[in-house]
Amino acid sequence: MEFIVAKYNYWIVIVLLMIGLYAMIAKNNLIKKLIGMCIFQTAVILFYVSTAAKSGGATIPIIAHGHGHEAAAHAVHAIDYVNPLPHVLMLTAIVVAVSTTGVALALIMRIYKRYGTVEEDEILEQIK
Amino acid sequence: MSSAQFPILLVAVPLLSAFILNIAGWFNKKYCLPIVIVALVGSVYASFGTLFTVLEEGTIRYRLGAWLPPFGIEYVVDHLNGLVLCIVSSVGLITAIYSKRSVEQELPEKVPQFYTLYILLVTGLLGITVTGDAFNLYVLLEIAALTAYALLAVGEDRAVLSSFHYVIMGTIGACFYLLGVGFLYIKTGSLNMIDLHGLLPELFGSNVIVVGFAMIMIGVWVKMAFFPLHGWLPNAYTYAPSATSCLVAPLMTKVSVYVMIRIMFSVFSPEFTFEVLAFRHIIVWLAVAAIIAGSLLALVQTDFKKMLTYVVVAEVGYMAGGVWLANTAAITGAILHILNDALMTLCLFMTAGIIVYKTKGHQFEHLKGLYRTMPFTMTAFTVGVLSMMGVPPTCGFFSKWYLILGAIRAEHWVFMGALLFSSLVNAVLFFRIIEIAFFEPFTDHHAHGHDHQPEPIDEAPLSMVVPLWIVAAALVIVGMYTSGIVTKVIQFAIPEGIV
Repeated sequence: MEFIVAKYNYWIVIVLLMIGLYAMIAKNNLIKKLIGMCIFQTAVILFYVSTAAKSGGATIPIIAHGHGHEAAAHAVHAIDYVNPLPHVLMLTAIVVAVSTTGVALALIMRIYKRYGTVEEDEILEQIK
Repeated sequence: MSSAQFPILLVAVPLLSAFILNIAGWFNKKYCLPIVIVALVGSVYASFGTLFTVLEEGTIRYRLGAWLPPFGIEYVVDHLNGLVLCIVSSVGLITAIYSKRSVEQELPEKVPQFYTLYILLVTGLLGITVTGDAFNLYVLLEIAALTAYALLAVGEDRAVLSSFHYVIMGTIGACFYLLGVGFLYIKTGSLNMIDLHGLLPELFGSNVIVVGFAMIMIGVWVKMAFFPLHGWLPNAYTYAPSATSCLVAPLMTKVSVYVMIRIMFSVFSPEFTFEVLAFRHIIVWLAVAAIIAGSLLALVQTDFKKMLTYVVVAEVGYMAGGVWLANTAAITGAILHILNDALMTLCLFMTAGIIVYKTKGHQFEHLKGLYRTMPFTMTAFTVGVLSMMGVPPTCGFFSKWYLILGAIRAEHWVFMGALLFSSLVNAVLFFRIIEIAFFEPFTDHHAHGHDHQPEPIDEAPLSMVVPLWIVAAALVIVGMYTSGIVTKVIQFAIPEGIV
């Protein structure tokens, strides 16, 4: 139990990943597949962001008194602020996720126009 | 132009030209193709310039914006990716020239959009190859993938659905890669590949690193259509426009194989991938399954293009198996096969594109009598076929030779058997095609009464046949200069510590 509680953020990520993966593979409706894909991508983003957090009052990485002559007196302690790099990386990943969703939605629109449905089995029946 | 800036120019020139092209395309469709060709000529020039600099001076490390690694992103070019860069840019250029008539026929309304995506796709692939940063690689992987989704989707009727499946599978692959990189970042705090290579050896015992490696590998395998993760590939490539499949089929899987080699040897190390981890043999067996399944599935197709896509699946097995056999000969064969397979696949898909252009279909029945009506195209196709089967002096023979040599040295007889089996199946496959195209009469639906007369020659336009001939000639030339390529380039691309 402690194993689960202590690392709860990772467990949430794993559960979300599995929900996303399940929806992408098992769902018949293309929109549901797409939603599964979004959940999957969001889980990865959550994973990165949660690894940046630190316990014990770490804040945003703005260094007070970080300029002028006093700068040297206030050494920067990594423990005092949250690691900003994963957040920055995830901004890029969010952009990628949004554009992937956009492309996928555009494809679904074309599929709907062509076949009049977004249920995969009905589309496959029409193809045959 | 200073050759020191080549690594950034070969990506920046096509990237910036994509914007110019999109604007120019609003005014006149005719501006599109020249811009693409000029940009890609620049890329080809820069890639070969980079490769020759590497041959003389060793690995190039280019720091973007002069930010020192590991904080800044850097581009690293060594013998391995110098070679892959030349392949990607050259295939991009040749396909661009070839694509003119085909795009005009298949997508007359969308020429500017097609070429904008086309050049972005080449940019993405070049970027994947040149970058030395694990996260940067993810972003470029997605740039290449997103453009490929759109380019594949504009094809035939069924293309949209198969492209949607590719979106789903491709995203799973990319997310697995991203997760794996995240695992490495947690443990090391670095994303630079060379820096990771220095930091990781102390952590090889850690489970986090092993899981991270496995996740990256699964992600890359999805992207390179390694059996049993190949499901998205055949339909997506079959129903795509000819120009797209000519670009995507030779390059996407090969660049992914390159990424796999890069991760295995440059981020991790040969000791880790082959000695610390115990699943080396499982992957060679998977490669055997890929080769056999790909060949057998190709055998049951009645659609020419779809048959070729299954051949691609089998070829991926060659390269993956060669790399994981873990000896010099096999890895040489795998790297050489990246070059050779790119050319062979290009040759065959270009033929398929010409057949689609002339007969409006790619079923076997559309091939009837083509040796008489299109002798030049089919001669070049025959060279591609011989190379695919591995007949000397075409290049396909030499990479297969090295792979078989590697299999013998590793005493992995089943892999060797699979290679021979696949060559045999390729012979059956393509002789069936040649038989249909050579002996069966041309079935022109409005031809009647002149059964006995030979059909007139009705060759495809020169802008399609000439690039095809260049590729076919390259197959033979690369084959003849194989020893030079191996001793000057590939030999140095194999990491130390492999026997």
